[in-house]
Amino acid sequence: MAIDKFHKIISSAVPLPIENVDTDQIIPARFLKAVERKGFGDNLFRDWRYGKDGTPNPEFVLNNPKYSGKILVAGKNFGSGSSREHAAWSVYDYGFRVVVSSFFADIFKGNVLNNGLLPVQVSEDFLTGMFESIEKNPVASFEVDLENQTIRNVSLSTEFKFDINPYKKECLLKGYDDIDYLLSMKTKIEAFELNEK
Amino acid sequence: MEPTTLFDKIWDAHVVSKIEGGPSVLYIDRHFIHEVTSPVAFSGLEGRGLKVFRPENTVATPDHNVPTLNQHLPIREELSRKQVETLTANCERHHIPMYGLSHKWHGIVHIIGPELGITQPGMTIVCGDSHTSTHGAFGSIAFGIGTSEVEMVFASQCILQPKPKKMRINVEGKLAKNVTSKDIALYVISKISTSGGTGHFVEFAGSAIRSLSMEARMTLCNMSIECGARGGMIAPDETTFAYLKGRQEAPKGADWELKLAEWKKLKTDDHAVFDTEYTFDAADITPMITYGTNPGMGVGVEGSIPTGDNLTGSDKATFLKSLEYMGFQPGEKLKGKKIDYVFIGSCTNGRIEDFRLFAEYIKGKQKASWVTAWIVPGSKKVEQQIREEGLVEIMESAGFALRQPGCSACLAMNDDKIPEGKYAVSTSNRNFEGRQGPGARTMLASPLMAAAAAVSGVISDPRE
Ligand code: SF4
Repeated sequence: MAIDKFHKIISSAVPLPIENVDTDQIIPARFLKAVERKGFGDNLFRDWRYGKDGTPNPEFVLNNPKYSGKILVAGKNFGSGSSREHAAWSVYDYGFRVVVSSFFADIFKGNVLNNGLLPVQVSEDFLTGMFESIEKNPVASFEVDLENQTIRNVSLSTEFKFDINPYKKECLLKGYDDIDYLLSMKTKIEAFELNEK
Repeated sequence: MEPTTLFDKIWDAHVVSKIEGGPSVLYIDRHFIHEVTSPVAFSGLEGRGLKVFRPENTVATPDHNVPTLNQHLPIREELSRKQVETLTANCERHHIPMYGLSHKWHGIVHIIGPELGITQPGMTIVCGDSHTSTHGAFGSIAFGIGTSEVEMVFASQCILQPKPKKMRINVEGKLAKNVTSKDIALYVISKISTSGGTGHFVEFAGSAIRSLSMEARMTLCNMSIECGARGGMIAPDETTFAYLKGRQEAPKGADWELKLAEWKKLKTDDHAVFDTEYTFDAADITPMITYGTNPGMGVGVEGSIPTGDNLTGSDKATFLKSLEYMGFQPGEKLKGKKIDYVFIGSCTNGRIEDFRLFAEYIKGKQKASWVTAWIVPGSKKVEQQIREEGLVEIMESAGFALRQPGCSACLAMNDDKIPEGKYAVSTSNRNFEGRQGPGARTMLASPLMAAAAAVSGVISDPRE
């Protein structure tokens, strides 16, 4: 399965100013029982988003009609804990294409990249600026440009240049996935195996 | 030659090629799979018209979803049953060896790999499960991967990985009595935080680490992921070799001698440089317990919950939110707090040594009447050992019952869920909100701490 190409996104953002959001919060284990990859967006942040009886919790940001957009902005150390890729699938399936935080857990970062979702790691200051802009104006707009590796806070006219592995950047821009690449390496892999034995 | 680290030696020996400015193509020696993170990888693979490239280097076991009572009956919950059946069918189609529920060596993937001698020094090992880091205890590079990566390994026996940075954590000196490797883990994470190891692969070293048994080393490496690290490892030594010798899948005869000679070379050279290094004094470590909703929120059993006075902004908000979930006040003491549940098990503390420690403590005592205890071995072999060593009788006369192997209340995907608002002292690895069931309040600790809590019904110091 090739991933979706990513170039530029201009969108408002959904704020989640909580730190250490772990993958058990992003998608609780009891929703990992599917054998197919679909519908995970419905259970994104399930236990924060819905009450015990299944009614939406009006306090939670995803249930607040003021906020919308393709960008999720979260507090530092987002995606820690379990390696479940279901977490990346649920964020993507919900409709987000970019996750911004000042720090990402390693496995989560790898997982989102493998699913055409862009993790943008920004400074604490830039993150605070984003939260403040959204608080003032819930539809404040942000511009994410992968080619130039920049994220722009339009209301504050500030810009941050983010890092991304050049190989992964290329994959996202072109919509390639790693398996295509690995399959093209088969002869080399077999030669490596022979050498090992 | 430049001095190199243990990690570098193993990593470099497995690089098939390197992409300029990008990740390396890393060859994987062993691929463990389970029912939760593999089905989508299988369907992706088949969607491309591919077969598993090296099924003989793959090992499967269903563990996350399985019930811990009446395992001979079909799994009642439909979705869980379907995941287990899907794994079985996929493994049959792709000729992958499987240790299913009815197999005499069934168990949690990170327990059976080492137990069967599949995990060996110098290997690269992956699994769609973050606690794959457990296998690093043997001096291997072992780490958790996502489902897309599981598919990569199926397709090519390789994975694309950027080389992580290197960290060494030294624990020097002698551990006090009744202080376990779980306490080392919780102590270290409380010091360096749940993100302190991010981007790094950790080597644990120092005299306190060398003195640990293989079981204890596995507990420590298992928890290395909880400080954010990709994995943890310990250089193999005589303890490692003695553990491995004679196990089903370990090399035999002349092959053993050959491998042994190779394994003995697996260590970090003097003067090798790490990107980050920490040293802790074993004497500072006491039995630990967590009070919050991440594994870094831990204190010694005699200590108090921090006041949070020094925190500001979102740090403070996160801290208070966590305490609110747990029903605790800043600055409170934990000792003496009433608890409701005790869970002994998981890939962190579900090995024979853990049950021995537990049994030794509770021997001749009685479980507190209000405590519900789930005693869940990590594998069938562990269960068998518990029986053979007479630990079941000790447990039963103290009011405890032994269940059947599986992940159980570690992540509560089966029926073993801690009810909302209840306090559980758990030997597992994660105390996240809802990890052990919606609204469950988890306090992570060693099997000894759990034993003390089970008997007294409150948080207590096992040294007393
Ligand atoms: S015991 Fe817990 S941490 Fe270990 S593999 Fe099972 S669910 Fe994961």
